[in-house]
Amino acid sequence: MERNKQSVNIARIRCKTSYSLTKGSSFARIEAGEDIVTKVNTATNETERQQIIKETGLILNRFARKKQHLIPILQGVQGKLGYLPREAMIEIADYLNMAAVDVYGVVTFYNQFRLNPPGKHSIRVCLGTACHMKGGYITLDAWKRRLKINSGETTPDREFDLDIVACVGCCTKAPVTVVDGNPEGQVEPTRVDGILLGFGHEYGTKDKEKSESN
Amino acid sequence: MKATERSTIATAFQEISKRAVAHVRELKQNKPYILVGAATCGRAAGALDVLKTFREEIKKRNLDCPVIEVGCMGHCYAEPIVIIGKPGYPPVCYGYVNPVIAERLVNEFILGENPCPEFVIGALEANDILPSFQDFPRAKYEQKIILKNCGHIDPTDIEQYIAAGGYTGLAKAIDMPPEAIINEIKKSGLRGRGGAGFPAGRKWQYGRDAKGTTKYIICNADEGDPGAFVDRAILESDPHSVIEGLIIAGYAVGARYGYIYVRAEYPLAVERVGIALKQSKKLKLSGSNILGSNFNFDIRIFQGSGAFVCGEATAMANSIEGKAGTPRPRPPRMTTSGLFGKPTVVNNVKTLAYVPQIIKNGASWFIKTGTKDSPGTAVFALAGKIVNTGMVEVPMGTTLRQIIFDVGSGIPNKKLFKAVQIGGPSGGCLPEASLDLPVDFDSLQNAGAIMGSGGMVICDEDDCMVEIARYFLEFTQRESCGKCTFCRLGTRQMLEILTDFTQGKGKLEDIDNLEKLAEEVKAGSLCGLGQTAPNPILTTLRYFRNEYEEHIKLGKCPALMCQHLIAYYILPDKCERSCDACIGSCTVEAITPNKKRIKVIDQEKCVKCGTCLKACPPQYNAIVKLSPPSEVPK
Repeated sequence: MERNKQSVNIARIRCKTSYSLTKGSSFARIEAGEDIVTKVNTATNETERQQIIKETGLILNRFARKKQHLIPILQGVQGKLGYLPREAMIEIADYLNMAAVDVYGVVTFYNQFRLNPPGKHSIRVCLGTACHMKGGYITLDAWKRRLKINSGETTPDREFDLDIVACVGCCTKAPVTVVDGNPEGQVEPTRVDGILLGFGHEYGTKDKEKSESN
Repeated sequence: MKATERSTIATAFQEISKRAVAHVRELKQNKPYILVGAATCGRAAGALDVLKTFREEIKKRNLDCPVIEVGCMGHCYAEPIVIIGKPGYPPVCYGYVNPVIAERLVNEFILGENPCPEFVIGALEANDILPSFQDFPRAKYEQKIILKNCGHIDPTDIEQYIAAGGYTGLAKAIDMPPEAIINEIKKSGLRGRGGAGFPAGRKWQYGRDAKGTTKYIICNADEGDPGAFVDRAILESDPHSVIEGLIIAGYAVGARYGYIYVRAEYPLAVERVGIALKQSKKLKLSGSNILGSNFNFDIRIFQGSGAFVCGEATAMANSIEGKAGTPRPRPPRMTTSGLFGKPTVVNNVKTLAYVPQIIKNGASWFIKTGTKDSPGTAVFALAGKIVNTGMVEVPMGTTLRQIIFDVGSGIPNKKLFKAVQIGGPSGGCLPEASLDLPVDFDSLQNAGAIMGSGGMVICDEDDCMVEIARYFLEFTQRESCGKCTFCRLGTRQMLEILTDFTQGKGKLEDIDNLEKLAEEVKAGSLCGLGQTAPNPILTTLRYFRNEYEEHIKLGKCPALMCQHLIAYYILPDKCERSCDACIGSCTVEAITPNKKRIKVIDQEKCVKCGTCLKACPPQYNAIVKLSPPSEVPK
């Protein structure tokens, strides 16, 4: 356990250095100025920690101790917890008898895995070719503007998380946004407001009302 | 194989097939039936609501009319699509169906005798009452081999697939010696539909000849190319055809295990393949002792985790082994040392879907379609600025012009065609001059594009080629796994140069740098991702160099797409006093009326989302885009 904790720390240092060395490092989701280390989340209290370890254990029991099961395990844990906290990654590493840094390496390699807790509603803006050409980037801007977060982040009240997805294969309905797993076609800035209002959230209209009452 | 065993396979399959035909006859004969297209594309358009309405209406009226959920017919522009069959009428296909129309169809067609011609797209068979698909210009070109069943059978019901002639190929194959199958595939000239077009028969031969007892077959369904959705549609609409092909491949190569590597972004495909696998196992069409023979073949599903590079065979092997999906150097070839170090054959979804039909109908049937060097059909996913978005299957050798203008019905809104992007991030943009190019593996390669996984995105005059190149580079840069320096850093540098262009900060000498860098990244990368990443740049530079130069020299985006180089402006003499449509539509409240109630855009506040342009009523048409932004009068 102790060794694994250390290796996670090493992983953090490694990531930092490799990033600063190459600047344009392709470690997929590091955008300029973004520090990947802050992305690893841990449980905030003991009960949450126990909960994570329990849930992870339940998933682990379904798999043999073979390294080839790492990705299905990670998918299972994320399916249950919604993200991959540090405790879960260490548990998995222990179970498969590998260094935590290697688990972390795989987690950060694939776009599907997330290190921060998800919001109640997930917003995935498709940026496939067809969506991009029909203004997917404008839609993404609109979501960012309304939710006041960047892609890959969760709103502070944990209601929404925003991310991009390479292509969901509904190119004929472009621009597409996947809202809570349902692909919505032709999502343009005005529909962004509509969808948010549909959730009973006034992200869209708050500013307007304020300026009207002023 | 002994003669007795041979006959047992045939009888075992005959038994299954007889039951399936009886099942389908009971389902559809002498009574009406409703098929609702509910693949992901249909669902995005609201097919599930339509399905629900149909089920409720049928139940309410106590009708004997099965409502069947099917896959995608390919006419994605008209989703949700419904096919209704009724004795006395040809099967009729309806488009743009919503719950209200669904209710009417039940009332007037299922109960009454009015086929509601106002909602009809076409009947499936030629007839005297309704227009049929045969009357469409696209019918002249379309020829369906692997999309034959898509949208017509229930993907979760194996018996419908068998009744449509499915698994006949497998039953025939298991009766043949493996070498004969490989020879048949070789004779058919089937080339890998994953993009590169490597002959499938030769690959199988390598796999068969490789030393070792444990061998694997992987079905590559990691369709990461943005803009391509053929594999998804096939897996969602006709999963058994892929499974059948996979088993035949396994038998021919001598493999014991097969993997289907599907993207996790395709949850419906994963679900339907899972159901299909269970059903095939139940009928002894996969698993141990297939159809009573001594051939065993188990298939597992592996869900990819969202990394484009895993579509590359060696990276995919690493990914299945539980590692980060970085490619391995070749040689050794995958067929010598692949998954877990064992001989492995990797085939694309489409390639495998052709296999059962080739075995069933023979190689000589297959080579009748298509060109000499690229036999068979080509399947494309049409998207972007085209009227008939969706999937098309045409014989190889059909020209791009025929596909885009005859099958796809051309460009909407009377815009002009500018380019067609083929093959996703590894492909290229071809201009109007290349439209008469016959589509096959080699001619596309010569023009600078590739067949790729079949994405065809059509660009009209409003699309900026520099921006398209930048978009693809952004994608490959993000998806580069970071193993090779040239790909990791080169794509980054190229992206920065292109971003400068689209922001009006480019320098003329950067075009040369870009070209040089592109060649170097091509030469210095290990896998297909890096080797093909510069293709979008090279083709756009080759065919649209003037656009690059305009961006750099004049700070102008001729297509009015690059956000940094355009500004929205309301023409004061066209703006109508009494209309405030744009004010309400503006998402950032950047539009205010002046004293004469002529609306003015605050350029500081404007985020250039274009909503006002769409909101402005067509009789005024007062809002325009200007480039460069300095053209806006002060």
